[in-house]
Amino acid sequence: MNFQNTTGRPHSWGRYPKVRHSQVQSIYWRNELPDLAQLEETTLPFAYGRSYGDSCLNAGGVSLDVSHLQRFISFDEKTGLLRCESGVSLAEILEVMVPRGWFLPVTPGTKFVSVGGAIANDIHGKNHHRGGTFGCHVTCFELMRSNGERLLCSPEQNSELFRATIGGLGLTGLILWAEFRLKPVVNPYIDIDHIRFASLDEFFAISAESDVDFEYTMSWVDILIGGENLCRGIFMRGNHNQSPELARKPMKKRLPLVVPIDFPKFALNSLTVRAFNELYYHAQVPKRVHKIVSYDPFFYPLDSIHNWYRMYGKRGFLQYQFVVPFEGSHEAMREILGRIRRSGEGSFLTVLKEFGAIQSPGMLSFPRPGLTLALDFAYGGPKTLRLLDGLDSIVLQSGGAVYPAKDARMSAAAFQTFFPRWKEFAAYVDPKFSSSFWRRVTDGVFVEDEKSQELVNI
Amino acid sequence: MKILIIGATSAIAHETAKCFAKDGAELFLVGRSSEKLESVQNDLKVRGAKRAESYVLDISQLDRHQEMIEAAIESLGGLDMALIAHGTLGDQRLSQENVTKTLEEFTTNCTSVISLLTLLANYFEPRKRGCIAVISSVAGDRGRQSNYVYGAAKGALTVFLQGLRNRLAKSGVAVVTIKPGFVDTPMTASVRKGLLFASPRKVGEGIYHAMLKGKEVVYLPGFWRLIMFVVKSIPEPVFKKLSM
Repeated sequence: MNFQNTTGRPHSWGRYPKVRHSQVQSIYWRNELPDLAQLEETTLPFAYGRSYGDSCLNAGGVSLDVSHLQRFISFDEKTGLLRCESGVSLAEILEVMVPRGWFLPVTPGTKFVSVGGAIANDIHGKNHHRGGTFGCHVTCFELMRSNGERLLCSPEQNSELFRATIGGLGLTGLILWAEFRLKPVVNPYIDIDHIRFASLDEFFAISAESDVDFEYTMSWVDILIGGENLCRGIFMRGNHNQSPELARKPMKKRLPLVVPIDFPKFALNSLTVRAFNELYYHAQVPKRVHKIVSYDPFFYPLDSIHNWYRMYGKRGFLQYQFVVPFEGSHEAMREILGRIRRSGEGSFLTVLKEFGAIQSPGMLSFPRPGLTLALDFAYGGPKTLRLLDGLDSIVLQSGGAVYPAKDARMSAAAFQTFFPRWKEFAAYVDPKFSSSFWRRVTDGVFVEDEKSQELVNI
Repeated sequence: MKILIIGATSAIAHETAKCFAKDGAELFLVGRSSEKLESVQNDLKVRGAKRAESYVLDISQLDRHQEMIEAAIESLGGLDMALIAHGTLGDQRLSQENVTKTLEEFTTNCTSVISLLTLLANYFEPRKRGCIAVISSVAGDRGRQSNYVYGAAKGALTVFLQGLRNRLAKSGVAVVTIKPGFVDTPMTASVRKGLLFASPRKVGEGIYHAMLKGKEVVYLPGFWRLIMFVVKSIPEPVFKKLSM
């Protein structure tokens, strides 16, 4: 598998914003670590660049490439506890562990993320209502601070730093290795149902019925239909297949596709998106389809197209994922979808899901109970940014939040309202660590006393 | 499968070892740093190696080679294959100014390997089976001003391996010469990466397949065979004027 960013210039998945780092420093071994205190600029860990916006970028600073720290350390076949270096990708874990009957406790929509990144963004997946976030399954990790200290962090030891680092956007230090719990599976296959729904209310009804019996749920949605139904889509739900016979069935290996060029600007617009939505929605003729598929197409449909970000052209794209509390979510969705429709911008891949109530240990974790929608917009200059600012204000009013791992533009004021514990968190940020994202969202707003002023200026 | 890997902490060797580990092989890992060896050893165990033993040795200590190989044979109860993967990409300029440096480069990249090969050949020959694979380099195909010390060491190695292959062919022992091009490893950390750079994984997997098939000379990735064919066919009067 070769999915590393080989250009040598770190960029995020959305390719917006485009920034320059003063240097890229590669780390190869845990016993040969750089002296971060000597660095003139601030630094930020980076592995495979799957964050969408600028939370993995540190303009003008040092990017610490941890993608070479990709060794396993130990695995306990009895408990499923896996310990590995922070640059190990989830893809690698699946490749090694699925044949032995183990699966990731939580996985996002791409397997090409590092373990360090999974912790730093406290990622969630289709099983949030059952399994919580990735951070809920982490038992401990080793954190290197810029003063050279190497700290073992767990719920018992350095517990505050443990909670700050989970969802801490890489700002609390460098995670060298982590230990977390895998879960046993009988085989690599998933029993899935695809159910077509014609309105948001229908989505809520199917979701309520599915949460109890299905470990994984998510929906692809078409948000451009307008009217009282608000959206239509396909609800996908699944469980790990339990048949021991299937464990011996060889998995089909498909070669990944590659997008060879940046698509021109006009390739993705609201018309092509409408056409795609129409096709996709009607591609499934029956109301309900049941299938058994291997885990790859179920969890990672887009991973089969390497560098799919190129479909959005050279200017890149913006992801926007928000969560709004269930109470009032219908109204918030009506406002948000209305505003998107009026803007004429089309979101090519829109995903809807309900977050459950399992609380993450992370201080700055994004998931909270409610309805979450992830959208993507080709970057079209100021008008795209204006649209997203408008969406922010609706999310703010609804008491929701926007996901930092996918963000490249939210204001400091918005961030500080979405994440009220940010000041508590700021005390754990390593003085030598920073990111483009962090500088933007701590830009002096709402600072009350001198002490926190200092923190912000670091 | 019982395999001795020398230079086991190199990125390429580690990738090859991962392939063997997946098959449940038994591995004897030799390297200079005990910390790095331990990292690699643990990784290979998690990846499925039936056994992974480690042995700390600075390979320039030629008089300890025999002892190391005996330890490997005893520990694994025999050997099926050996991969020699250690090497250094020294600074050409330093070598030009200092003959001691040049000879050190030669010891690491050539003499030490010849010592190991002699011992290993004598182990495998009477057993009439086995495989010895060595990482040489495309740099050994033609001397160039930018790295002819490294290139000469690898070139000598390549010729030595040709002869050894010829000798061991009748015993059914495969001798595999591996010629990687540019690989993105710690060894080339300071070099600017271009399109020709391959990942250690790709090269490591290539070595694994070449060893299982008992190939003769493999360029990794394969397109380097063509590049080096062109480089080798430039007439010397022209070549000497190029800045390569």
